[in-house]
Amino acid sequence: MGLGREWAIDWVRRSAATLAEHRVELIHLDRDIGDGDHGENMDRGFQAALGKLDGVADDASPADVLKLVATTLISTVGGAAGPLYGTAYLKGSMAVKDASSLDGGAVASFLGAACDGVVARGKAEAGDKTMIDAWLPAVEAAREAASSGADASAVLTAAADAAERGAVATEPLVARKGRASYLGERSAGHRDPGAQSSAYLLRAAAEAAAGAGEAA
Amino acid sequence: MTVALVVVSHSARLAEGVVELAGQMAQGVPIEAAGGTDDGGIGTSYDRIEGAVQRALEAAGGDGVIVLYDLGSALMTTETYLEFQDDEVRERVRLVDAPLVEGAVAAGVEAASGASLDAVAGVAASAWGRGDPSAVGDDGEGEGGEAASAPDAGPVASREVEIVNESGIHARPAATLVKLAARFDAEITIGGANASGLLGLLGLGLGLGDRTEVRAVGPDADAAVEAVADAFAEGFGELPEHATR
Repeated sequence: MGLGREWAIDWVRRSAATLAEHRVELIHLDRDIGDGDHGENMDRGFQAALGKLDGVADDASPADVLKLVATTLISTVGGAAGPLYGTAYLKGSMAVKDASSLDGGAVASFLGAACDGVVARGKAEAGDKTMIDAWLPAVEAAREAASSGADASAVLTAAADAAERGAVATEPLVARKGRASYLGERSAGHRDPGAQSSAYLLRAAAEAAAGAGEAA
Repeated sequence: MTVALVVVSHSARLAEGVVELAGQMAQGVPIEAAGGTDDGGIGTSYDRIEGAVQRALEAAGGDGVIVLYDLGSALMTTETYLEFQDDEVRERVRLVDAPLVEGAVAAGVEAASGASLDAVAGVAASAWGRGDPSAVGDDGEGEGGEAASAPDAGPVASREVEIVNESGIHARPAATLVKLAARFDAEITIGGANASGLLGLLGLGLGLGDRTEVRAVGPDADAAVEAVADAFAEGFGELPEHATR
């Protein structure tokens, strides 16, 4: 079944919950190879997004909700996650802006556009040890699932699984982007916090979709 | 009206400090700070950047704005802000990849001389790798920068010159030399420093009575050396018996 406004809102709620739950973990990951504020930033950004949900119109599309997340993150998250995730949600929402409900193909488009946005904004490449090391495999898995006819929920699950594997795979990498790149070799052996938060967000999306199925 | 500057930093104090420092040599140039998060912590703020760019655009009239930044999200948040603006704004704002302090100082000096947006952006961008002024030795000799000069690049001319003005090669004479050098089809060096690099010239630390060599390679070599030597001889317009501009 297609994912609409309710799924998007539930995604934001679940995202806020998971980022609050994992706030300290993300702080620690970021303290190891960064400036230590990723957990705080993501928690703050999504708490703010949560607060904006009351203003979402009854006839809002999923894109409208996601655009709201984008602008909220841009204006409340003072680290790299602000412009990066903000651009992801913004470009993603633009890719599905006319849809009142998203099917498997639309979800793959959303994820692809979001990932392209992050790449354009941050200019990272695969293997640089960044959030895109979770997003790129997620997009590939989503496109594969969608093209074999999977529904939106299955596409998101495939994406979330791939993102989790991608986040773990950042551990041995040497950072070539962001604050962690200043550590060079010392960044190896630590999971990238942006990849980890990406995995949490995509899992929240998949769980919101599974929940939507149950509620139907 | 002059080109205005915006300094974006993760730290409010750092941004304010750079504004203060660059302002010393950039009288009349509007310089705005956009540092730290909305609640004054370390990080960047979309709102502060937006406010600073808007104030700078207004102060610059049509002359445009140069934006300098420190790390990562300072650049990305500014880029995100610019993407939301219309063409009219985007055409008048240049985000320049430059070392924050040196770039702001160089840009400020250039803007103060009434230079165009392109010229100020060029000077800021050229602040990378222009020689470390602290590499100059106590006797005033040292490497102020590198001059590119192929073996068979054309006629060569050189002359020894002397500093006759009291303040030596400070910012205004250095900026004068940079503009002068640009007029000639030749690679010009002064004391080994590339004459088109503001910071390299400042780094020479030349003062009253110091002698140094002007050298030029290229089709306009003779004319270039002549013009530079004249500028030195006239004390860059700072000698008492000359009218000041």
